[in-house]
Amino acid sequence: MIAIVDYGVGNLASVRKAFAAVGARAELVDAPAGLGDATAVVLPGVGNFGHCSREFHRRGFAPALREARERGVPILGICVGMQLLFDGSEEDAGEPGLGFYRGSVTKLSGVPRVPQIGWNAVRRTGDHPWLRDVADGDHFYFVHSYAAQPVDDVVRGTVDYGGDRAAIVGSDGLLGVQFHPEKSGANGLRLLRAFATADARVAAGRGR
Amino acid sequence: MLAKRIIPCLDVRDGRVVKGTRFEDLRDAGDPVELATRYDREGADELVFLDITASAERRRTVVDLAARVADVLFIPFTVGGGISSAELAGEILRGGADKVAVNSAAVRDPGLISEIARRHGSQATVLSIDAKREGDAWTVVVDGGRTPTGRDVVAWATDAVARGAGEVLLNSIDRDGTKLGFDLELTAAVADAVTVPVIASGGAASAQDYVELFRRTHADAGLAASIFHYGGLSVGDLKDALTASGIAVRPPERAFA
Repeated sequence: MIAIVDYGVGNLASVRKAFAAVGARAELVDAPAGLGDATAVVLPGVGNFGHCSREFHRRGFAPALREARERGVPILGICVGMQLLFDGSEEDAGEPGLGFYRGSVTKLSGVPRVPQIGWNAVRRTGDHPWLRDVADGDHFYFVHSYAAQPVDDVVRGTVDYGGDRAAIVGSDGLLGVQFHPEKSGANGLRLLRAFATADARVAAGRGR
Repeated sequence: MLAKRIIPCLDVRDGRVVKGTRFEDLRDAGDPVELATRYDREGADELVFLDITASAERRRTVVDLAARVADVLFIPFTVGGGISSAELAGEILRGGADKVAVNSAAVRDPGLISEIARRHGSQATVLSIDAKREGDAWTVVVDGGRTPTGRDVVAWATDAVARGAGEVLLNSIDRDGTKLGFDLELTAAVADAVTVPVIASGGAASAQDYVELFRRTHADAGLAASIFHYGGLSVGDLKDALTASGIAVRPPERAFA
């Protein structure tokens, strides 16, 4: 079962329905214990980073996510859920992320419109097993005012909005996407399908 | 490059699409999910459902509509029409809608915008404005364009964005149904005054109207109803015309298989 972390934020019905559309069973999990038997974990999030971070930590999900990561359970972060994979965000400097990736999340600047809302092309800058069906230049639906600034070499795709921004970050067993795959039509469904069919052991690498 | 968005609008009453002049001479035009699916296949970037149900059943039908659309469509959609409370907005969003559009109720109580934005985020909060020209400016009208408020459109858009509106859906009452093209002057005035995306609406009758919209204003999206319903223009053909004019749009997607 794919667990969608439900910490009270965002349009989770759409994420669940998108997985259903690709033939995968995904359920909303509103307590950390529910992640124990998950075969994969989706970390969603929309809106304000601080609000997301507070609710996520208040409900005790951080240790459960770390534990899932240790076990090699595939994890997909979406939008603010992707940003939560980092150390923190300048949107709410006092609120911590998970720190799976080093770096912060900073406000979009040098652009006429913030947030970026709409479809934009993603440039593939690296490989990842769950990106096997994502072609260079595929369009995805973005809604964001901030973008991650990874310290390490984890960017797997960029989007040009007043300069190249991190659109996809990833490494073994972990992927974060700034866009909304559940709202990106066929391109998004293909990505979710690849994630849903990921082999947990293969994804983990070190888990074997 | 961020693509300009093409947004078909569906007027819905009692769970069915209706067509005709916005509030008069309405005829049944089918199931909203079926029509929405067709637009999705044609390449619509987003959809707006404007619910004009007047019955006591309205709350249930509009939430049900959001859920039914979200079952089968995986592009963003907005539900608007008579949304007067943050509670109803929340039910619609939990059903699977991405955004709610508030109009008359927000004019009467601007706190509604901040309340929806606080609970669900600015990205889910769309301010819909019906604008009517008065002298050399535009005034906000409510109740489907019938009631002038005396409020300046540009000032109201700016105020609403400060309160948390994440997008402005700007409808020209003067152009609505006229086939004279978008009101470029109005659109430019609002799009240059706010920092959030602006969706222009009202008057589109051809691909050329869209080309002019995107060439001559900073609008991010163009919304239309009748040209897509029975105006003989498909979203796909419109996008081809925009591409030929050098305007960035989302290309046709590879079918999911």
